[in-house]
Amino acid sequence: MNKRIRISPVTRINGFWNLEVEVDGGKITDAWSSGIFFRGFEEILKGRDPRDAAYLTERICGICSSAHAVAASRALEAALKIEVPRNAVLLRNLSFGADLLQNHIRHFYLLTVLDFVRGPDRPPYIPRYEADYRLSRVETDRVMNNYRGHFEIARLTHEMVTIFGGKAPHQHGIVPGGATTIPKVDRIQKFMGMLDLVIKFLEDKLLPDMELLAGRYEDYYRIGRGYGNLLAYGNFPVPDSPGKFVMPFGLYTGGKKEDFDPTVIREHVHYSWFLQDRPRHPSEGETDAEPDKAGAYSWVKAPRYNGRPFETGPLANLWMKGEYTNGISTMDRLVARAIEARFVAVLMKQWLKEIEIGKPVYQPFELPDRESEGVGFTGAMRGALAHWVRFRGSKILHYQIITPSAWYCSPRDDNGMRGPIEEALVGTPVADVSNPVEVGRVARSFDPCLACAVHLVRIEGNRLKFRNESI
Amino acid sequence: MLTRRQFIKMAMATTAALELSDFLIPRLAEAFTGKKRPPVIWLEMMTCTGDYLSVVNTLHPNMREILFNTIDLYFSNTTMAAEGDLAIETLVETAEREKGEFILIAEGTVPMKADGRYGAIGHHRDGTLFTDLEAIRYIAPKAKYIMAVGTCAAFGGPYAAYPNPSGSVPVHKVVDGQVINVPGCPVHPDWAIGTLTHLLLYGVPNLDAFNRPTVFFGKRIHDWCPRRQHFDNGVFAEHPGEEKCAYKIGCKGPVTFVDCPTRQWIGEHNSWPVEANTPCIGCVSPGFPDAMTPFYAHLPDLNVMGIRASADKVGIGVAAATAIGIGTHLTANIASGRLGKHWVEGTKPRPEGIIRDIRKHSGDRQKEVVFIPEKSIKGTYLKRYHIKSGNINDKKKYKIGRGRWMLGFKMGDKRR
Repeated sequence: MNKRIRISPVTRINGFWNLEVEVDGGKITDAWSSGIFFRGFEEILKGRDPRDAAYLTERICGICSSAHAVAASRALEAALKIEVPRNAVLLRNLSFGADLLQNHIRHFYLLTVLDFVRGPDRPPYIPRYEADYRLSRVETDRVMNNYRGHFEIARLTHEMVTIFGGKAPHQHGIVPGGATTIPKVDRIQKFMGMLDLVIKFLEDKLLPDMELLAGRYEDYYRIGRGYGNLLAYGNFPVPDSPGKFVMPFGLYTGGKKEDFDPTVIREHVHYSWFLQDRPRHPSEGETDAEPDKAGAYSWVKAPRYNGRPFETGPLANLWMKGEYTNGISTMDRLVARAIEARFVAVLMKQWLKEIEIGKPVYQPFELPDRESEGVGFTGAMRGALAHWVRFRGSKILHYQIITPSAWYCSPRDDNGMRGPIEEALVGTPVADVSNPVEVGRVARSFDPCLACAVHLVRIEGNRLKFRNESI
Repeated sequence: MLTRRQFIKMAMATTAALELSDFLIPRLAEAFTGKKRPPVIWLEMMTCTGDYLSVVNTLHPNMREILFNTIDLYFSNTTMAAEGDLAIETLVETAEREKGEFILIAEGTVPMKADGRYGAIGHHRDGTLFTDLEAIRYIAPKAKYIMAVGTCAAFGGPYAAYPNPSGSVPVHKVVDGQVINVPGCPVHPDWAIGTLTHLLLYGVPNLDAFNRPTVFFGKRIHDWCPRRQHFDNGVFAEHPGEEKCAYKIGCKGPVTFVDCPTRQWIGEHNSWPVEANTPCIGCVSPGFPDAMTPFYAHLPDLNVMGIRASADKVGIGVAAATAIGIGTHLTANIASGRLGKHWVEGTKPRPEGIIRDIRKHSGDRQKEVVFIPEKSIKGTYLKRYHIKSGNINDKKKYKIGRGRWMLGFKMGDKRR
């Protein structure tokens, strides 16, 4: 018996998302992922000062704001060939690293845990699906106790962002040209103190809780594999080694690693509410919206690398690094995220020690009156993020963003291939169609952020035109 | 029970020990002993969720206290266990059951274009979109208080910036009742939780001209800035990253009303944008970001020589009006077109299309934005705009003279 289930909104993610699945014989046979809100950031950016992009693009997403600041800054620096000072690299890594910890801790407790653990019997934890929650009462109490504790630790990670960033979310400290806060011993000390508490929490609470879930829900190592294609952009530059990253660029497909080539990225719109003659590269992406387009079902476009769909995120990062190659599945994604959090936290301690007090943090620069173009790639909390910018003087001519969530929340492409999350959902068992908890478990393991994925809108004349933020 | 006066004093205090902290939790508990916890609906619309993620950073009281001991948060897209139809049903049920009882915290703008199809909170059971517009129109009239948290919900913010591709408007433009604006991009947890606490314990706080609680939005950054002496002495940073006055690299502190310099971010008072050697970008003001960009371009007409006089001149009208948001001097310059190009570019006036949209989508109610005169303050002739029933084309009735839409202000002529 075929039954179609619609989950809209998929809560406990950032943004608004609609998932539809078809269930036949207790298994998902098909899935559709659709973004249901969209804004227009690139059109808003057009004509503005390119230096403003770092602050403005942060406003795309509240949970990964500093990643956008990093990408926007790198794009401008690439265009103007600015070398940022060594201290700036470290301070950016620290601020961004702290925001990454914030994201990973909140993703695990605030967003994910309630899929696997029965929450307390009070709002907002009721109503909930009545499904197979496999933890014993004692274990549930333990995890929920850490759930309560995570608010404090996640706050600390944001406090760490403010130490070098002024405020959080939407920090001020990462700007084109470097960083801004002058590192002094009191700040470093405070940062170190908070970082120690966070590492302690990760080691004593989050990782054991992750281990507990992984043990109880072992079958999820075989559920939600998807295509098995991984994509990672370089994250956390190594100071003094231009072009070298702690988390390297790379992609993994068909069982082997390949080198990353930015020129073969295309965006497909056959199943999105857009009109376009052919799949296009970000540098030439222009899109007409057609909300009544037959067959389309999402505002997210379908980015494809060499015609193939890719997923991205902590699992891809660690895979390229060689730190985690256990497998690709729902549980692997969650485990990799927890491991990456600890990996980055320990690295941050090292970076903190490497800061040279008294050395510059910012490289002043001028905006030349010629057309310049640059790309800023970075690994974000959720994976591969890139900003393309073209500007002349103090005016942005063209701005394009590809977010990680666009890669994996994408709908089908021109060839009818499903997006990574859609593919991962196919084959997932659903025990009870009125309590389809399994869908959320698989989907949330990707850490979807629809605030990032949804499309941008532009207006031309009387016609509505849409442009993808995430080409 | 804490008196209201004591509360205000406490909320304005900024040392860690005196915050909304240890005093409040017992007071709140006391206030609600034996009663049911106040129901709250947190409605995210077109937003980056930054405000929610900022509010969970609250230190005193901790979010854990709030969620588990203080309020009943029935609906929150980012926290609730339910999803899909279950979530939407919870929202509707709560709104009906707790009618007139619950506090609505609205986050994000309301997109108006294409019947609001640019933003939805989910789907109805019949498969049609449940748009943000529909949701806020349905829920807001049932709420006891409406808090618009974050600059998007309060004033429009980045998504309503020129050319406003989604036709976004702030909450107060589509809702009839009083909306308490708690802006900030993102909002500081103390501002949001402090306002919520005030609502729970004492009702509506004192509000300024933009319906912002004066307890948090009554101080001008420039007056309380720890680098004010650098400004007076003419010691200016040339680029971000210098520990000097950020005025020349675009600091909007002279026209921004909020307690950032004393409160700082977040719970542990680590820093704030100026302390991070970057300009304040005026994120709590109406007109952010259009009126505040380019972020690195400095405010006009404050020449460096004789700084004190001109800076104070900017301040006069503003300070007197308690947080009008933009100095009269500045507004006058914008209105008269005498601003330097660097300032005006990227800050084009709000297109009138937005206003027409409101009329179009508000159906039979014929809501309009019209100007009514505000009392003049010391030589300033600023007028606020209000939403009133009426016809904007009826120029005689409302005496809309020459001038331009800007920042929600219009310069009046001196006769009034």
